[in-house]
Amino acid sequence: MLGDAFTEAFTLIVSVNPELLEILWLSIQVSLTALFFSIALGLPIGTSLAITEFPGKKACVTILNSLMGLPPVVVGLLVYLLLSRSGPLGVLGLLYTPTAMVIAQVVLITPIIAALAYQVMDDLHREYRDLFQSLGIPLTKAVPTYLWDARYSLVTSVLAGFGRAISEVGAVIIVGGNIDHLTRVMTTAIALETSKGELAIALALGIILLTLALIVNAAVTTVRTFGLRNAYV
Amino acid sequence: MFKSEPMSNTSALSATNAPYIEVNNLNLTIGGNQLLHDISVTSFTPGVTMVMGPNGAGKSLFLRCLHGLLIPTSGSIRLLNKPHESTTASQSMVFQKAVLLRRNVIKNLEFAAPNGTPPTEITELLAKVHLNGKELQPARLLSGGEQQRLALARSLLTKPRFLLLDEPTASLDPASVLIIERLISEATEQGVKCIFISHDLGQAKRLGADIIFLHQGRLAEHTDAETFFTSPQSREAKAYLDGEIVL
Repeated sequence: MLGDAFTEAFTLIVSVNPELLEILWLSIQVSLTALFFSIALGLPIGTSLAITEFPGKKACVTILNSLMGLPPVVVGLLVYLLLSRSGPLGVLGLLYTPTAMVIAQVVLITPIIAALAYQVMDDLHREYRDLFQSLGIPLTKAVPTYLWDARYSLVTSVLAGFGRAISEVGAVIIVGGNIDHLTRVMTTAIALETSKGELAIALALGIILLTLALIVNAAVTTVRTFGLRNAYV
Repeated sequence: MFKSEPMSNTSALSATNAPYIEVNNLNLTIGGNQLLHDISVTSFTPGVTMVMGPNGAGKSLFLRCLHGLLIPTSGSIRLLNKPHESTTASQSMVFQKAVLLRRNVIKNLEFAAPNGTPPTEITELLAKVHLNGKELQPARLLSGGEQQRLALARSLLTKPRFLLLDEPTASLDPASVLIIERLISEATEQGVKCIFISHDLGQAKRLGADIIFLHQGRLAEHTDAETFFTSPQSREAKAYLDGEIVL
């Protein structure tokens, strides 16, 4: 039975099944959009936290690090309450839409990107701080320099965020509702199809998800290897 | 053992009306520990002022205070009759461990070059530090000597009036030391005032015009180089020159 399911799963993948393709495409769209907004929020948060000094900085860093471990279902619940009809943003009618899923993923992965960016930038800032002060480099030139010189490490952080987003299930199922042709992504489809006993589709999606994870990890390794070889990390 | 009143022979050093370095009652306390004690130094001498002393004497802290990287707890620092805060733009510092950006050699220089610096100037400077042909190499993959030469070239590119050097030749090969010393001599001939930390007595003799000798965060002696090496005024400096272990 399991062998048949695997055979059918590979057939679905090789034949480029339209249903699988639709789910895959939506998953990538949602996760890449969430990643875009998380980068836009997370990198400035991590960088500014690393290169500025203010009272309560340590507490902020502790909170940020703690947020990396946010339980997805709790995030899903909070975003649900926010977007539900009786919630503060209910009038926008975003619940059970891909936008709601993007919002949930942004909440989940922004702390990851910000916290990892903070670690990278903090190390770099300790190394460069005296030099920049000595050369009289203004903040407007220092920040792009930090971002550029940390590029190989930051790519790793960003890809880690993408990995978390694409494999997330708890939050998106709550705020997306797993609606066919509208909010069904790979993880929620796997959960549904497994519960229905449709192992072939679940396995096919699982294989695709694993392949994506492998590609992301291979990309991280390649980027880091290149950076290390040139002493750019 | 330790003289509370530092020996000074600066009157013989006068070469210009405005002192290059004028430090008055400099104190530095960090985390409740007083690290520099009431240092007062006036140097009218052009060229290279060597800062010497055993490890932990406060040489690097003193240099960092001069450069504005550390704010003294009390006291004043004036360079060429101006408060040092207003002179930081005309200063450049070479650190003991070269801090290089994660990019290639030429981009490290371009980063520090003032706007409008002609590319030929950068090329000439690269040749002077014997790094021509290595323009596109990742800077952090250069040898220790090459990295320090690049760091010095980058500092010189900013056309400083004051060049502060924190043991730039420590653990370098003789060839790199020679290149760096030549560049420093050339810079001083062009009017750059250098303040140079070194443990190398031979180097201090070759380069130094006057010597500031620190011990346990205090000024033990400030004399012209010749006096320092022929008849040191303080017991600590004498012991240091005699090769005794000075703690």
